[in-house]
Amino acid sequence: MTASEKQGNPEIKPFWSPLAAGIALGLALLLTFVLSGHGLGASGAANDMVAGVGLKLAPEATRANGYLGPMVADGSPMGSWMTWEILGVAIGALVAAFMAGRFRVQLDGARSVGTPARLISTLAGGFMAGLGARIAGGCTSGLGLSGAAALGISAFVFLALFFATGMIVSRMVKGV
Amino acid sequence: MFPLNDNGMLSGLLCGILFGYVLENAGFGSPVKLSAQFKLSDWAVFKVMFTAIVVAAVGLWLLRLVGLMKPDSIAVPQAALMASAVGGALVGAGFAVGGYCPGTSVVGLFSGRLDALVFIVGVVLGTAGFAVFYGAALKSLKAAWLIAEGDTFTDVYGTPEPVVLAVLGLALIAIFYFGSWFERRGTGTVTAEQAVEGAR
Repeated sequence: MTASEKQGNPEIKPFWSPLAAGIALGLALLLTFVLSGHGLGASGAANDMVAGVGLKLAPEATRANGYLGPMVADGSPMGSWMTWEILGVAIGALVAAFMAGRFRVQLDGARSVGTPARLISTLAGGFMAGLGARIAGGCTSGLGLSGAAALGISAFVFLALFFATGMIVSRMVKGV
Repeated sequence: MFPLNDNGMLSGLLCGILFGYVLENAGFGSPVKLSAQFKLSDWAVFKVMFTAIVVAAVGLWLLRLVGLMKPDSIAVPQAALMASAVGGALVGAGFAVGGYCPGTSVVGLFSGRLDALVFIVGVVLGTAGFAVFYGAALKSLKAAWLIAEGDTFTDVYGTPEPVVLAVLGLALIAIFYFGSWFERRGTGTVTAEQAVEGAR
């Protein structure tokens, strides 16, 4: 029995090896292309959410917006494929975390950098990632992963800059 | 003949459940594990991503080769190189500072991490910010360095697809080789226990 089990916690199962996880992710991505004609994504769901909430709170401003207007022209964007997919990601992650004893409610990073600093770093990081994903037209999943599997040139440009900037910034700021 | 072009609820849920299940099992709900890639001490992010890219790209090529998949039938991102570079840099910086990217923040939240919820709020605010400031400047950014001839190496430079796949395969081997070398001389990869324990 491990120390964690003695405290009444379920056994924490190890992560899959990167090779096994990579093959499984590749097959899931291939299935997505076969079913839907496009790859996996994430930031598009935030797009749907902003457009949907915008339509509720400020319908005229949303319809007049140069970016959101064309998106909401054919009715509400909520309930699009990407929104269902992100709901699926939530279910899949929850099941995986519970089955492996890896579900734990916490503010990760609060102990290493302090609660206020962690709240700021995660909010600022999310803002930059959300803004960057809209500029690039996709995030690490939609452009970096799925675009590269479709052999798109822009995906490799995205990944190169993603990696280079991440390395530099992680040396300047301790966010977690 | 594939793709089925099914963009309904069940197709989305099924693909998403598989995506989330695999990402959590890879350890990608943990900002400690994710940001260790940029410290070069844990190469799981690049190993998993590149393995998946090669598996899916080879799979798509094989499906086309045996005639199960129509040519030019899947979505390829537009070759807007300036927008990809600037966006990639911002997502990389956000990943380094916040510890997640948009997809992995959902995995983080549903493995119990409340900081991931705050990251998601940030993503939504960043998306809204883009929409609010969408105008001439952002439009010209999106139109800069746009390759008009096509979106893939095969379309633009005439590189045969098997050659592109072979180069990707070599890059994958290099990532595993050099990544493991960095992991051995660094502080070691982040285990599930350490990830559940949280950043310290």
